[in-house]
Amino acid sequence: MTRRNTILLVALATATVLLFFLHLLIGPVPLSAQVVMDALFSGSVADGSSRIVLGVRLPEALTAILAGSGLAACGLLMQTLFRNPLAGPSVLGLSSGASLGVAVLMLARPVWIIAALPSDLAVVIGSFLGAIGVLLLIMLADRRMGDGVALLIVGLMVGYLCGAIIDVLQVASPGSALKGFVLWGMGSFSSVVNDRLLWLALPVITGLLAAVLLMKPLNALLLGDAYASSLGVPVQRTRRMIMWTTGLLAGTVTAFCGPIAFLGLATPHVARGLCRTSDHRTLLPVTIVCGAFLALFCDLIVKLPGVSGLPLNAVTSLLGAPVVAWVLWSGKRWARTV
Amino acid sequence: MGAVERKTLGTHRMKPLLTTRSLSVGHGALPLISDINCELRAGELVALIGVNGGGKSTLLNTLAGLHAPISGDVLLEDSPLRQMSAAQRARHIALVLTGRPQAGLLDVHTLVALGRQPWTGHFGRLSAEDLRQVDAAMEATGIAPFANRSLQHLSDGEAQRVMIARALAQDTPVILLDEPMAFLDLVHRVRLLRLLRELARTRSKAVLLSTHDLQTALDLCDRVLLIHGNALWSGSAQEARSSGVLQEVFAGEGLRFDPASGSFRPA
Repeated sequence: MTRRNTILLVALATATVLLFFLHLLIGPVPLSAQVVMDALFSGSVADGSSRIVLGVRLPEALTAILAGSGLAACGLLMQTLFRNPLAGPSVLGLSSGASLGVAVLMLARPVWIIAALPSDLAVVIGSFLGAIGVLLLIMLADRRMGDGVALLIVGLMVGYLCGAIIDVLQVASPGSALKGFVLWGMGSFSSVVNDRLLWLALPVITGLLAAVLLMKPLNALLLGDAYASSLGVPVQRTRRMIMWTTGLLAGTVTAFCGPIAFLGLATPHVARGLCRTSDHRTLLPVTIVCGAFLALFCDLIVKLPGVSGLPLNAVTSLLGAPVVAWVLWSGKRWARTV
Repeated sequence: MGAVERKTLGTHRMKPLLTTRSLSVGHGALPLISDINCELRAGELVALIGVNGGGKSTLLNTLAGLHAPISGDVLLEDSPLRQMSAAQRARHIALVLTGRPQAGLLDVHTLVALGRQPWTGHFGRLSAEDLRQVDAAMEATGIAPFANRSLQHLSDGEAQRVMIARALAQDTPVILLDEPMAFLDLVHRVRLLRLLRELARTRSKAVLLSTHDLQTALDLCDRVLLIHGNALWSGSAQEARSSGVLQEVFAGEGLRFDPASGSFRPA
């Protein structure tokens, strides 16, 4: 990593930590910085404000960090895997597949699964399987067509197809289940509390570690499969490992936070614009920290007094869509590359 | 240098680094070239010549282990290529493909350093020795002045030299190059072949390149492999000129080989 990019990474990490504390300060109940710090650092004070900080705000901030960094890393892996700057969990239908998995569990309620597993775990597994299923399809399409535009179209079609099946399931399901599913679909970092946070954290941290371990072969893959193989990368095995990692990251985050739009696609572009390299040993850490920062930032807007009730997905789309469009529009050389 | 030393050096230079045994290559079941028995020896620059679609790239990819042979074996020194993992292969053979890759946002130095991947640890961290090899490769190919530029901003000839530097940094006994002289003008073609020949001699490497440029290849390469129909002809440039094999290979191409001048004329 160059000196410039080391400084950049440290600055970004510092900004993320500051945003994290700002996130803890803001909410419907006004709390002073002093109260928040006391609640955080002087143990579990058994009063209301400490319960708000430790029981509500801290889990939400941590969820935002995990989800943001997980989706961002997932997007970067997909862009390198498909050598396509427009690849991302929401674009290629991974989020739709995960949604379908969750819809099947929340709306169709197959009794045999719900009886066998705790419901949170069942949702995670459903979401993961949905994401992996779509990913398998996309990889098959990639091998068959080998064309970036065709691949994106297949991803969109898979997304529409999953959406249509979800619509059918929605019509046929009872109102209470439907409400839960619709709320989940708007995206939120606030529903991951108590021990559910652990279920989110374990797979996401595993996926991020796997991504870090893949940095070297990812760099070789930038030159294409033939060069990567001649550099000693077992290409097929590496592609499968990247695929499982993206499925794990997108599946887990989607299960707990809903299908979050644009974070996975836009963040690697922001990171590339900042550090101006495709070297994953620099780009991956910058992308992960950028993802955490952007997720916290979007969630902060959702929580701002006066806009409460705004769906998280609306904010990520409002910010993400123009970023992606601008990146492509600007014609900068880092814009249209992986 | 004493007589014994010179003899050792001589045998070392002629040591076969890559050998094929009854190798047949092609796509599907139908071989493009069959029953290839040839050797690439330390210290020699060899040109692979043949008409378009004759199987030059397929043969190179098979020798590099990227494409499975239809039958027969490729041996690296004494071990069969098909029993080697990608990681082991990468320490024996470096490959330069035709054209420039879409390398994302990699600067020249980072790209050349990718050649050190077979030798670095899990995270690809470069040791002082790795950096020395990268610098030496960039020095040898004359690309050191644009170490910090991106590949997209280089001319075709410069980009070609970057990819060759990457192969040099890989520090393998065998280097295979697929049409490295395409897109280069005569001056750069001659310069490139001189560079490859010097590398082969000074570092005892075996360098094999495919090319359409017969003239330059015959002038500067130690040996020629000619794809002649379904077979591979092997011999020195002198033998290729005098044996009449060139006339046969390019007979249908509207070319006539003129033994007097040693060059081709339109028929």
